[in-house]
Amino acid sequence: MLEKSKPRAQPSSDTLVEMHNAGVNRGGRWLVRGVDLAVRRGEIVTLIGPNGSGKSTTARTAIGIIEPSEGHVHRAEGLTIGYVPQKVALDWTLPLSVERLMTLTAPASRSEITTALEAAGVAHLAGRQAAALSGGEFQRALLARAMLRKPDLLVLDEPVQGVDFTGEVALYELIRDIRDRTGCGILMISHDLHIVMADTDTVICLNGHVCCRGEPQSVMDSPEYRKLFGTRAAESLALYRHHHDHTHLADGRVRHADGTITAHCHKDDGHHHDHEAAETPANGGRDA
Amino acid sequence: MLDDFFIRALVAGVGLALVTGPLGCFVVWRRMAYFGDTMAHSALLGVALSLVMEINLMVGVFLVAALASLALILLERRRALSTDALLGILSHSTLALGLVMVAFMTWVRVDLMGFLFGDILAVSKTDIAIIYGGGAIVLALLVWLWRPLLAATVNPDIAQAEGLRPERSRLIFMLLMAAVIAIAMKLVGILLITALLIIPAAAARRFAGGPEIMAALAALIGAISVAGGLTASLQFDTPSGPSIVVAALVLFVLSLAPSPVLKTETSSAETKP
Repeated sequence: MLEKSKPRAQPSSDTLVEMHNAGVNRGGRWLVRGVDLAVRRGEIVTLIGPNGSGKSTTARTAIGIIEPSEGHVHRAEGLTIGYVPQKVALDWTLPLSVERLMTLTAPASRSEITTALEAAGVAHLAGRQAAALSGGEFQRALLARAMLRKPDLLVLDEPVQGVDFTGEVALYELIRDIRDRTGCGILMISHDLHIVMADTDTVICLNGHVCCRGEPQSVMDSPEYRKLFGTRAAESLALYRHHHDHTHLADGRVRHADGTITAHCHKDDGHHHDHEAAETPANGGRDA
Repeated sequence: MLDDFFIRALVAGVGLALVTGPLGCFVVWRRMAYFGDTMAHSALLGVALSLVMEINLMVGVFLVAALASLALILLERRRALSTDALLGILSHSTLALGLVMVAFMTWVRVDLMGFLFGDILAVSKTDIAIIYGGGAIVLALLVWLWRPLLAATVNPDIAQAEGLRPERSRLIFMLLMAAVIAIAMKLVGILLITALLIIPAAAARRFAGGPEIMAALAALIGAISVAGGLTASLQFDTPSGPSIVVAALVLFVLSLAPSPVLKTETSSAETKP
């Protein structure tokens, strides 16, 4: 094999961020473990999973907000990230117009700001106080802010919160449009897999570790997927109903159906996961 | 002109207010009022230690206030107690330690009231030079730090993800607070420094449409408070430091009053296309 003149750590220069067997431990508890993922330029990767399954933790680790307790995270050099977190609570004491919010982390010209706000459909709100916006308007403003940076990698943690159904579809169209126009990579967390499915290149289902993954088409063609989506396609939570064959114990070890206990899940365990926890929050802790 | 003690006090006070206004906005936005109080209270321990070690008072106060904030960061990481309780412990124990140490030092005469409540009427030309020199450095650093600090204030995760290093911003901001406390102690005293940080900023909120405007307005309101408080103190023979704080309070209360002018201002901002 020919050696490149410039040796690079990542296998492809298009890879924006890569995680290898990454895990995050907080106070002796693994929030998420054994995550492998890669986001390439022009690719949309969507993380799904029940509450507490480590979706946000995974995304935050990927972009360096959290340091992984084990494994590796590699980001391309000079990577520009645009981030829309799950929650941004604005303090009333801080006056911040939508226009000023746009230049929060980097300067931008007025015309660039207007273009970004127009693309997000909130140009008419430029002069309003950001704290006074509705949930959907604020999400759009945050998305406009993130894309204004012309990021290589856009990370969206539940970008459609507080947005009504028609707004959701429009917002996902906007996200796909950003990808098509700028060629950036997008790492997205979503509950609404039935809507994002068509635009997503790779779906990664998390439940404290990677449960299953793949291109939506290949996943859709699989009998397991049909079993998942065929009967209750209308209910997004039904996505998570796989069959369980192992239990995550409190100390992070795993008990299998035959009663054996191992330190990790086996590679082939994932597809049989039961995400019942998503529907019954009271049980959420059991699986996590 | 600076030969008159009143003018010296005015010049010194206005110089301080120009720095505490913008810095105080961040104290308000970041909900660090109690934190500022804690750092200010630790100043008395700084005074006592400087006397023992025979170093410059301002340097000693700056170092102890900075150490108190570092101690808080480290204690917070252990997550044993809430920040609130930790602040309470640090705030009062540093103040008490300072008072006890000063009481032991029988060989020096310590004007305790001067440290606790300040004596702005006693400022010298050297003090004025320190206030303006130090103040200019603090303001310059604040301008330099403005974007990352504001981003970290709005959302630390965004700041971190987008490469603005919020922890570094926070650390530098704390050092700036420690510096301002060291500079301000002689003027308004340990117990009233936080008031000059918070009240002008709070009074400015109502009139500000953006963070930069609020910072400028806070500086202005602080300066007016100093002028008003000092004038009143001369007129009614009241203590100068507390009079300045009372003047700031009056401006804050006025800022809360309903006014037809203000209403049109806010509504016009909202209807702007």
